[in-house]
Amino acid sequence: MDIRAQTSVVFHLDKCIGCHTCSIACKNIWTDRKGAEYQWWNNVETKPGTGYPGKWEDQSIYNGGWVKDASGRIQLKGAGKKKGLLNIFHNPSMPTVEDYYEPFTYNYLNLIEAPPGNDQPTARPVSLITGEPMDVKMGPNWDDDLSGTPDYARNDPNLAALTPAERSAMFQLERMAFFYLPRICNHCLNPGCVASCPSGAIYKRGEDGVVLINQKVCRAWRMCVTACPYKKSYYNWHTGKSEKCILCFPRMEAGYAPACMHSCVGRIRYIGVILYDADKIEAAASAEPKDLVAKQLDLLMDPFDDKVIAAAKANGIADSTIKAAQNSPSYKFIKQWGMALPLHPEFRTLPMLWYVPPLLPVMASVTQTDGAQKDKLNPIAKTWQDNWLYDTSTEELWGTVEQARFPLKYLASLFSAGETGEISMRLKKLMAVRIYRRWKTVGDIPEAKMTKALKETGLTQESAEAIFYLTALAKFNDRFVIPPAHREQAMEMLEFTGDVKGSTGFGFREKPERGM
Amino acid sequence: MELSNVFLFVGLPYAAMLIFLTGTIQRYRNKGFKVSTLSSQFLEGRALFWGSVPFHFGILVLFFGHLSAFLLPGPTIMWNANPARLIALEVTAFTFGLSTLVGLTALFVRRLTNVRVKMVTSKMDIFLELLLLVQVVFGLWVAIGYRWGSSWFAADLAPYLWSLFKADPNISAVSAMPWPIQVHIVGAWLIIGIFPYTRLVHFLVAPLHYITRPYQRVMWNWDRKAIRDPRTPWSAMRPKNN
Repeated sequence: MDIRAQTSVVFHLDKCIGCHTCSIACKNIWTDRKGAEYQWWNNVETKPGTGYPGKWEDQSIYNGGWVKDASGRIQLKGAGKKKGLLNIFHNPSMPTVEDYYEPFTYNYLNLIEAPPGNDQPTARPVSLITGEPMDVKMGPNWDDDLSGTPDYARNDPNLAALTPAERSAMFQLERMAFFYLPRICNHCLNPGCVASCPSGAIYKRGEDGVVLINQKVCRAWRMCVTACPYKKSYYNWHTGKSEKCILCFPRMEAGYAPACMHSCVGRIRYIGVILYDADKIEAAASAEPKDLVAKQLDLLMDPFDDKVIAAAKANGIADSTIKAAQNSPSYKFIKQWGMALPLHPEFRTLPMLWYVPPLLPVMASVTQTDGAQKDKLNPIAKTWQDNWLYDTSTEELWGTVEQARFPLKYLASLFSAGETGEISMRLKKLMAVRIYRRWKTVGDIPEAKMTKALKETGLTQESAEAIFYLTALAKFNDRFVIPPAHREQAMEMLEFTGDVKGSTGFGFREKPERGM
Repeated sequence: MELSNVFLFVGLPYAAMLIFLTGTIQRYRNKGFKVSTLSSQFLEGRALFWGSVPFHFGILVLFFGHLSAFLLPGPTIMWNANPARLIALEVTAFTFGLSTLVGLTALFVRRLTNVRVKMVTSKMDIFLELLLLVQVVFGLWVAIGYRWGSSWFAADLAPYLWSLFKADPNISAVSAMPWPIQVHIVGAWLIIGIFPYTRLVHFLVAPLHYITRPYQRVMWNWDRKAIRDPRTPWSAMRPKNN
């Protein structure tokens, strides 16, 4: 047992309102620079949609992530020692600026400084790369809220899992639905970017699992851009170095939540420490597709288990970190309650950003009824214009999960490598908590039904209450449990104190070595 | 011995080697961030393939060809004793020379015509590509006009280079060479001389260590175990990521 600590994140998609505040917070702090304008370390996508860069999930285009070879071992799909070094002069699977979008601004000064004339001055869009006027053809969120659906939503790579009939049914006007998928770097346990970097510039921090690119060692061999299946390593065309989300480690070391989480309006983001067993990484990454989620969950260890605590201490994990792991909201959502799933586990990078899948809108029916029928209806059903009924009620307990406007296969393609069982189990848990709360606060649901719902999903009244609290009422310190970085020892993180020991002090820094 | 020959074949080489050594060390230590391939594939990908691939494979073969003739002049001459082997060697070298020329031309055209690539082009890039073009053109000219280069390089130029390294320069052979060969030699010293101040530095950080490295890299900022253990001198642990 090789216990390590990982800062792990949970996004509760049911709460995401798609406001992009996270993206803006991140952009203002980190990527508002020349060469980084096009980079969105945090972006929010509408699903179904093609995302950013376009169709990033389609690895037949971008060749990211790991694949299993004939011998059952995993290999990088588009990089690695052989492919990476052979293609080092030209990387055939590297996305170019067209795949993202050409960054632009507007020539606002023209509004003020244009000479007098017959026409109203305009602010033309200009490219942030060349400075030339350009026609804006693409942006990082142009598929927002299903806009441009024929170009974007219908080209979603996850629709490949559906039959043509299911696909066309999804896009009927009265069935149309969507949800948001905010994405940052997953800070994976088996990161493709780290493995693909020929220079060895990318590394995972042992203390908290943050994956970073050493800017001084990066030589722009650009293999990480290909190897990351989530396309979260970006090439800065100006500095000639790759960059990626740093999980705001300077903020976290000071005890603050990362900027995207701190600013989240829907409060969908949770961050906490998880203890995991590094010995099991290889087995989990090379599991069969149907076992991928289960094996990845197996990696995560119970922070209350005495053996785990002893192994963690033996590995030098601080007591404060173990305590944070015990309070971790991520551990609760992911492992204890089993409500979260990793995004595209079939890429085999073992992402450590988990998503609570969204409860999709149920498929309601609008039917004409007579008064006699109306009387038989469930009291939740809404009626209007006397005889027209908008009916979302169902007699069976989990009927609405199957009747969701999206086929479960679509969600399974996103979050569980095609295993619909994993999805419906989590959706049922989300519903069970709702049924429990409705029973408790409104009281129009029979207790037997509530008990059945909890029992079938493996929850108790206490855990349902805890889920409700962490979902709906959680305060800042419940959502962000960040262990102290031990600032009293933080000097060692940055520089070597032995160098200044015995010297004249700060500022004048010469090694206290005997002179000639 | 003309003074200009002394300058071109003794002064220039020593100056170039001195600048190369001190310049690269100084640049790596003081401006390490700027040591990068400065790839422009992100801005333009398709034309790059037709330039970068033939150019790099070509110039790598040419570089190691010149290097082996310099390091192993005896075996090179022995190899060339058989005409079939000589022609095979010369044809191979010439093919890669052509590939270098084609690739370099494609890269140069791309750099001058693509608006986005222009934005990341420095004056030094243009100068360097011109210098390399001249060098390759003269190299091909020498290969056609003054056969058989691999043999006389090993016989006449390798001793000249060795004499430079032995600090006993003997330039009688180079001084007597035809002028295209002399231009090619001077061009080589110029390239070595400006090397540290160009994007060529990425050649020195070629990622060969990747072959032996384990795929995953985990780095601890500091070793908590070592610090807790009174028997280990914790001052022996240095932060590795700075």
